[in-house]
Amino acid sequence: MSAAEKRVLLTGNHAVAWGARLARPKVIPVYPITPQTPVLELLTDFHAAGELDAEMLTPESEHSVMAACIPASLTGVRVFTATASQGLMLMHELLHYASGARAPIVMANVNRTIASPWAFWPDQTDSLAQRDTGWIQLYVESAQEALDSVIQAFRIAERVFLPVMVNLDAFYVSHALEPVLLPPQELIDAYLPAYAPEHFIDPARGESWGNVVSQDMYCRHRQDIGAAMDRVPQVAAEADGEWQRLTGRGWGVVEKYRCEDADLVIASLGSMCGTAREAVDALRMAGHAVGLLKVRLFRPLPMAALRAALAGVRDVLVLDRNFSPGAGGVLHQELRAALYGMPSAPRVHGLLAGVGGVNVPPQKIVELALAARKREPVPEPVWAN
Amino acid sequence: MRLEKLHLPEDPMLCSGHAACPGCIDALSARHVLATIGPDAAAVIPPSCMAIIAGAQPLSSLRIPVYQPSLESSAAAASGLRRALDARGKQDTQVVVLAGDGGTYDIGLQCLSSAAERNENILYVCLDNEGYMNTGAQKSSSTPHFARTGSTPAGKVSRKKNLIEIMAAHEIPYAATATAGFLPDLVRKVEKAKAIRGMRLLILLVPCLDGWGVPEDQGIAMARLAVESGAFPLYEVEDGRRYILNEPRKSRPVRDYLMAQRRYAHLKEPEIAALQREVDAGWARLASRARA
Repeated sequence: MSAAEKRVLLTGNHAVAWGARLARPKVIPVYPITPQTPVLELLTDFHAAGELDAEMLTPESEHSVMAACIPASLTGVRVFTATASQGLMLMHELLHYASGARAPIVMANVNRTIASPWAFWPDQTDSLAQRDTGWIQLYVESAQEALDSVIQAFRIAERVFLPVMVNLDAFYVSHALEPVLLPPQELIDAYLPAYAPEHFIDPARGESWGNVVSQDMYCRHRQDIGAAMDRVPQVAAEADGEWQRLTGRGWGVVEKYRCEDADLVIASLGSMCGTAREAVDALRMAGHAVGLLKVRLFRPLPMAALRAALAGVRDVLVLDRNFSPGAGGVLHQELRAALYGMPSAPRVHGLLAGVGGVNVPPQKIVELALAARKREPVPEPVWAN
Repeated sequence: MRLEKLHLPEDPMLCSGHAACPGCIDALSARHVLATIGPDAAAVIPPSCMAIIAGAQPLSSLRIPVYQPSLESSAAAASGLRRALDARGKQDTQVVVLAGDGGTYDIGLQCLSSAAERNENILYVCLDNEGYMNTGAQKSSSTPHFARTGSTPAGKVSRKKNLIEIMAAHEIPYAATATAGFLPDLVRKVEKAKAIRGMRLLILLVPCLDGWGVPEDQGIAMARLAVESGAFPLYEVEDGRRYILNEPRKSRPVRDYLMAQRRYAHLKEPEIAALQREVDAGWARLASRARA
C-alpha cells in the first residue's frame, strides 16, 4: 500500500465505478441491468456531484450504448461502460464492430446467467460466448482486482487499440463488500496519461471510418487485429508490472498459487479461484501437492504463460462456471487446445462446476481434485454438480 | 414556363465522381444538404444508398469526416459522436446523419426515439426513397400503400408510416419534410435546422429511379408531382406543436403522380380512388393542425 492510498469498504461494482472514475473517461453511455446497476448508479452519483467530468448518456438499450461508445472512442476520447448478461448478448453485433473499429473502449461485464429461463446467478457463459469478438478479456476475483483491472484495462486498450472487457462474477464479486485501497488520483494520472490518439474523427482532419473495403483490405485489417492481439500478453504484463511498482499490487496475466512441485493444478476464471485457493490450502495441509492456476487474461489466451505454468504438471483440473452445449466447458476446451502437442503435456480434466450459480464450496473442490488424480480424463463434458 | 436561376450554397462537400446511379436524387439531395451545412460537420451514414455514394475506402466523396455505423444504430452512434465532440469542446460542429428510410423508419427507429427523447443535438436527415432500394427495392415501413416492391409483388397492403407525427410526439425542436423537387424550400429548411440546437429531423422524399420505375431524367419531376398531388406534403413542425404548411399545396389528383411510376402500374380504379381518399384525409388533418 502506497502512503496516499485510502482504505474503503466497497462492493465489486462500486470498485469498478471508482476505477472508471479514476481513469477519467470523457464519455460514458450506460444502461442498467441486474447485477451491474450499482456501477451505473455510482457513476451517475459522481457525475451529479461534479466529481466526474464526463458526458453521460443513458440510451434505451445496451445495443445503443455500444453503438454510442464506438464513434465516441473514434473521436479521440476515453470511453467507459458496464453491462451484464442479456445486455452483453444484445451488444454482440457491435462488440465485433468495436474491435474492428480499433476502438479502445473499456467495459465491465458482470457475469450472469443468460435467459431463457430467467436467472440472475453467477455464470460466465455470457462473456465466454464473446470470445471471438476481438475483445481482450480479463477475469477478476475480488473488488480490489476489479478496480485495479479497470485502470490497467485502459492502459492496455490504448496501447494496442483494442477494447477490453473486465469480467466480474455476479454477486460473489459484484455485491460482496471488501476492503479496497483507493489509489490517489495523481498516481492514476501518472499511470494513465490523457488519451491522445494519432487518428480521430474531426472536421479539421477529414478522416473517416467504416467505408466499404476490398477483400484484400479486409484480410489485412483482420491480420492487423491479430498482430495487436499477439502483443497483448506482453502489454498486459507490462501494465501490471508498472501497477505493481506504483501500488505494490500485481495480479499477473496468469497467477500461479502454490504450484511449486504440484502434480495437480486446478485452473479457473474469476471468483472460483478464490474458493479454489481455500481448497488448495486444505489439500496442501493434508500433504497433497496441489496448486491453482488463475487465468486472469483469457483473450488473448496467453499460450506461452500457460504452457510455462503447466510444464511438468501431471494433471490439470479445469473448473468451468459456464457451459457450451455440445462442447462442454469453454476454459477446458481452450486449455486442451493450448497444451496440445506440448512435450509430456498434462492430462486435462474438465468439470462443469457451478454452472447457473450452483454453489461450489472449497470442500467440494477438494473432493473433485482428489477424484481427478485417480481418473483418466475424458473428452466429453463432465458435470460436477 | 419561366426559368429562374436559383442562388443556393455551392460549397461542394459532396464531390463529383461518386458512385450514385445516373440521375440519382439521393446524391442531389445530399449535395445540397451538405453544402448548406458546410465544412464544420461530421456525418454518420449507415448502410444505405448514401453509404455507397460516400465511397469505398480509401476514397471518400465527402469532404467531411464520415462514420459508418451499423444499419440500426445511426441515432445512437450520432449521439456518441456528438458527446465526444462536446467533450473535446467542439459544440458548434454539426453532427449530421444521412440515413435511408429502412435505417430510420424500420430497424433504426428504437434508437432514433431514444435520441429524440434525450433531445440530442444532432441533425438527422432521412433520405426517404420509400423502400430498401440499395438491396434491390424491397418494402420498408415507409413504402406507400399499394406500391409494388420486390417483397410486395402484389402491392403493399399497409400504409406508409407517418414518421413526422411520431417524432412530433417526441416534441423535438424541429421536424420537417422537404424534397429536391423544391430546392429553395429544402435549403431554407436545412439552414433553419442548422441554427437550432437539439434533435432535428428532415425527411427528404427521394424518388428512386430504378426502385420506383421512373426514367432517369424524371426524378425531379416525380418529386414535384409527389408534392403537387399531396402525396408528400411539405410542412414543418416546431416543438411538436406548431405546424406550418409550405408551398406548393395540393393542387392536382394523385393519379397524375401514380401513373408516372412503374411501382403503381398495376393499380385499378378502386385503388386509385382509395389512395386519393387517403391523401385528402391526410391533407385535411394537416391543414387542421396548421390552423390550430
